[in-house]
Amino acid sequence: MNRRAVSAIARKDLKVVLQNKGVVLPILIAPLVLFGALPWMAALAPNLANVGGMNVNELRELLAHMPEGLRTEMALYTPDQQPIVFFLVYMLAPLFLILPVMTSSVMAADSFAGERERRTLETLLYTPTTDRELFVGKLLAPWLAAMVVSAVGFVLYVVMANAAAGRVMGSLFFPTLMWVVLVVWVAPAAAGFGLATMVLVSVRAQGFQDAYQVGSIVVLPLLLLLFGQISGVMYFSIGAVLLLGLGLWVTDVVLIWAGSRVFRRGRLIARS
Amino acid sequence: MSAAIITHNLTRRFGDKIAVDGLTLEVRVGEVFGFLGHNGAGKTTTVRLLNGVLEPHAGKAYVLGLDPLADGPALRARTGVLTESAALDARLSGRENLLVYADLFGVPQRQSDSRVSELLDFFGLSDSADLKVAAYSTGMRQRLALARTLLHDPELLFLDEPTAGLDPLAARQTHRLIAALARQKGRTVFLCTHNLVEAQRLCDRVGVMERGRLVAVGTPTELAARYVQQVQVEIEIAAEHIEAAIELLSHASGLLTARPQPSADQAPGGPLGALSLRVTGREAIPDMLALLTRHGVRVYRLTPHEPSLEDVYFALHAGAAEPSQQEHTR
Repeated sequence: MNRRAVSAIARKDLKVVLQNKGVVLPILIAPLVLFGALPWMAALAPNLANVGGMNVNELRELLAHMPEGLRTEMALYTPDQQPIVFFLVYMLAPLFLILPVMTSSVMAADSFAGERERRTLETLLYTPTTDRELFVGKLLAPWLAAMVVSAVGFVLYVVMANAAAGRVMGSLFFPTLMWVVLVVWVAPAAAGFGLATMVLVSVRAQGFQDAYQVGSIVVLPLLLLLFGQISGVMYFSIGAVLLLGLGLWVTDVVLIWAGSRVFRRGRLIARS
Repeated sequence: MSAAIITHNLTRRFGDKIAVDGLTLEVRVGEVFGFLGHNGAGKTTTVRLLNGVLEPHAGKAYVLGLDPLADGPALRARTGVLTESAALDARLSGRENLLVYADLFGVPQRQSDSRVSELLDFFGLSDSADLKVAAYSTGMRQRLALARTLLHDPELLFLDEPTAGLDPLAARQTHRLIAALARQKGRTVFLCTHNLVEAQRLCDRVGVMERGRLVAVGTPTELAARYVQQVQVEIEIAAEHIEAAIELLSHASGLLTARPQPSADQAPGGPLGALSLRVTGREAIPDMLALLTRHGVRVYRLTPHEPSLEDVYFALHAGAAEPSQQEHTR
């Protein structure tokens, strides 16, 4: 593997992608809204009865339908703390995964479909790089960017969650061990999932916008996780998060293998 | 002279369409080989096959002694390809574009900066090196793409329309560069072009493609002798003798067409007129000249024109070059 070439492709893609406002804006806005503003809304919820049509009693009713494991964990907190922990620790956990998935998929759309649309792919194919080096270089940039955005989003969330809920919680309560597992084990796999899905979509897409629109289906599994929690079917326990990560890693391996099969010079040039 | 490119029966299809149909060709080391043909004739597909970017459906190719399919990366390290569109990253500066490719082509890291600066300077892009390519004109982009092709000093260059979009000065500089690369540095140039004047000026040999098939190959002179027997002859005579000369020549052996041309020149006896003749070959000229002088038509100037590559090209793509002006035909 020619590391210099792989690194050159990744650096080039990062430079090029970061100048596309259609890519950068959602990557900047999502963490600010999700993890800058939401913690304050959740923390203030107990004081904002009837806001959004849901009062504190209804929140407690919702908790009563949660799986036993979650109720046991929630029992460790006071009634005022419970809604905060429920939202900030559990409900926002699947939403956190939007950061790596969205970042990697949007950047991959620009890197794969966008490159072909700009007609700059062909000259890359005439370089001495192997198909594998090109593929790895192009995977690396979106994945690394997703990791940086996830890390920044996580740090922002730690600060905001503790600042917003510190008065009610009485001490630094975040991050929990589950969240550490989520960030270290699941987020990198989620980034790989968004990336690999977008590689497969991009091979057939007409251009960046086309790939971006079709590829946005990658957030659907995350919404299923969110609704799964709200409906009480499952919750983000440490065991569930470890299992989720494992499932995503296995899916990544399969999807990236499939992506590497279609990312061949002959196929790419025939479509360029 | 050894071969830089050898192909035997190279074939590539896209669905039902045959893009390259049984191409058998040899390009010698150090020559400028012109690859001519209409759009869709198979030129670009051939370049892709020869660089191991596309797999053939039949046939073999050896480029610089390597099999493009089996040794693609090693081969591409020794070739440079200028694609039809400049294909530069518009969001990067000119310098950044070249530095990325210096890494990809393995230009030694210590030399990357100086090599990039040297090429930017050579192509007159030093002042705009740090501007985004989006701000470049078409000509600047073409020059930058050429610079990128030369970064790693390739042994074999595939140039697809290298002077497209260049102003006459830049085009002449590019022609000189291509000639110097071949004559002084021994580089082989595979030049895909529609520009027949460019091909005539630069190429040692040319190949003409039509619908995926190589229909002719040789030096421009060989092809002219093989495919264009006719000779164009311009003569100047007294304007008052034009009609008589056409009548006389219509009985001469070897004349194909004769048509009057405007002429502003003056002879001692009055205004001059011009005739453009198409004759079957040079051997017909002395008899025609004798016929005219024998009947008192004084010929002030007679210029036979060698057939150009353009004539060859149009002869091969018959029907495309018939003059539309009124002609006196024998």
